[in-house]
Amino acid sequence: MAQKTAIRLRHIAKVYKLGSQEVHALRSVDLEISNGEFLAIMGPSGSGKSTLMNIIGCLDRATSGTYELDGINVSHLGDAQLATVRNRRLGFVFQSFNLLPRLTAIEQVAMPMGYRGVTNRKQLAKVALNLVGLGSRMHHRPTQLSGGQQQRVAIARAIVGNPTLILADEPTGALDTKTSHDVMEIFRKLNEDRGITIAFVTHEHDVAAYTRRIVSLRDGEIVSDVPNVPSYEQQHSPAAPPPIAAPRTEHAS
Amino acid sequence: MTLLDVVITALVALRSNILRTLLTMLGIIIGISAVITLTAAGQGAQQGVNDRIRGLGSNLMFIRPGTVKNGAGPLPGTGPSLFLEDANAINAQNLPYLDGVAAQGTVGGAGSPFPAQVIYRGQNVSTTLVGTEPTYQFVRDFYVDEGRFLSDDDITKKALTVVLGSNVKDKLFGSKEALGESVRISVGPGRFGVGFNFTVIGVMETKGATSTNNQDDLVFVPLPSFQARVPFIRNPRGLTNVSQINLKLKDKSKEKEAVLEITDLLRKRHNVNEDDFTIQSQSDVLSTATEVDRTLNVLLVSIALISLIVGGIGIMNIMLVSVSERTREIGIRKAVGAKRTDILLQFMIEALVVTIIGGLLGVALGLGITQVLSRTIDFNLNLLVWETEVSAGGNAYVITPFWILAGIAMSAVTGLVFGVYPAWRAARLDPIEALRRE
Repeated sequence: MAQKTAIRLRHIAKVYKLGSQEVHALRSVDLEISNGEFLAIMGPSGSGKSTLMNIIGCLDRATSGTYELDGINVSHLGDAQLATVRNRRLGFVFQSFNLLPRLTAIEQVAMPMGYRGVTNRKQLAKVALNLVGLGSRMHHRPTQLSGGQQQRVAIARAIVGNPTLILADEPTGALDTKTSHDVMEIFRKLNEDRGITIAFVTHEHDVAAYTRRIVSLRDGEIVSDVPNVPSYEQQHSPAAPPPIAAPRTEHAS
Repeated sequence: MTLLDVVITALVALRSNILRTLLTMLGIIIGISAVITLTAAGQGAQQGVNDRIRGLGSNLMFIRPGTVKNGAGPLPGTGPSLFLEDANAINAQNLPYLDGVAAQGTVGGAGSPFPAQVIYRGQNVSTTLVGTEPTYQFVRDFYVDEGRFLSDDDITKKALTVVLGSNVKDKLFGSKEALGESVRISVGPGRFGVGFNFTVIGVMETKGATSTNNQDDLVFVPLPSFQARVPFIRNPRGLTNVSQINLKLKDKSKEKEAVLEITDLLRKRHNVNEDDFTIQSQSDVLSTATEVDRTLNVLLVSIALISLIVGGIGIMNIMLVSVSERTREIGIRKAVGAKRTDILLQFMIEALVVTIIGGLLGVALGLGITQVLSRTIDFNLNLLVWETEVSAGGNAYVITPFWILAGIAMSAVTGLVFGVYPAWRAARLDPIEALRRE
């Protein structure tokens, strides 16, 4: 796997003003993610992981520090340029799927390509849907799909533009155990077979258990950054679903 | 995204709430159909009036007592300052460009304080009584159809003879013979009125008006008989008051010369510095009528524009609701790479699609309403061109391509004006906030 750096955060801090009070959501975060990595960003509520995800996802800007994505400093880009960066280099998967109710699966997946001005976007959308195993349900609307299928549409939408990084925010949070495993399997396969870089933001250990690296946040700071052996490899049986009770990863402090 | 993609996206969004879309559109449909209908009525009236004024005779000039201010017609009763003797004096000049002179006195008709009626065997018809001279026929280019017009003999004898307008004849006699019959002409309000019996000597040709109050409703008697029998218009100085002197020119190009020369003559005769009479040519009347029409059109278009503004506010209201309901969609679109301009364009196009479709439907509805109205309701515009009321109406609705295009353009402008604020609100939404919204 190529070890070129996909993401490099240097001294990233984020301060919100709540009235006269200043809230330090992030305090000097340094983080590098290489191409092909599969990692989890963990932490309890209020640890700053959502803020970090928004900054990595170019939905928000850091108060200070620099952020390089694919070697480009995106810290001071304008709104329109950030939109282009999101469109070309990032893919989002959300807990609540965030599909548009009116559109069919193929239209959902083709949408980002529309903002890129690509003409063969239906073609690309088909390829992406086939990759997540939804080739047969391309013309269904979200209400006609199960939760797992909806999340797979969302994954297809995230990968259709061939992004540098997929950011997934608790992607199994709204799914039952069986479906969660199916969805996580898809992520694992995309990472292993196609080398797609994936970062999960989660507070669930069974999600983190799939990854190869776990970054833990607390009070706006990285408190641990450790490699992880995916649970299914521990069992030497890639096909078998991992135990839902994930092994605890150690935390510094 | 190409523009076509955006339009398709807008159509899909609008179709998903079809009832709301239609109700929103209704404001625009009503506004635009009002524009089409009202302008068709206004244009029709204008055209009708212009046609009628031209129909009065193209080389015609009028002299009326009193002065004209601001291009309006002389106020009724601004003073008995025009006389038969003036007409005779003009005639005596033998002006080379003058073809004929006919003085007339008038009572009755719309706006007159003294109603005039013609009565025959218990039936009565409101009319305008015109006392005039034999030259009237030629000067006004308005001739008898049956019998004869007033003669010089009638004038000298102050004969009690009358020539009926074709409408008056039809109303009183129907298809029966009117010539030689005796009719009673009564003038004045109620029991203060005076009445005399006149013998019908002729019936005028039909000028072909379908609406009320036109030249076909006049009756003509000799001017001296009119003077003698209508006491309240008698002049204390022994002169003969007239309400109008009609002049016929040989050549329309001499209009200015005629006005100057006759003005000079009358000023000397009346011994005044400031004119106590008004000379008006047909082109003056036409421009006055055009002015009135323009005012009317402005009024009608304003009414239509108000309804468009109301419709536009409806659009804005619904677009704001739509933006608020679709906050999450906006967040999703921004997350996958939509720029502010993409979102702005999306909502602007949505507003435009609603208003332009509404505009097209409004044009169609307006054309339909105009068709129905032209068959049922007369839209009458009555203009008093002195004693002759010029009216237009009936099926005189004129639809011009200009107003159809203007209607569609107005609907698009409404969409732009009232769609821009909601679209701007949508575009500047923060994607994080928008994604968090349920």
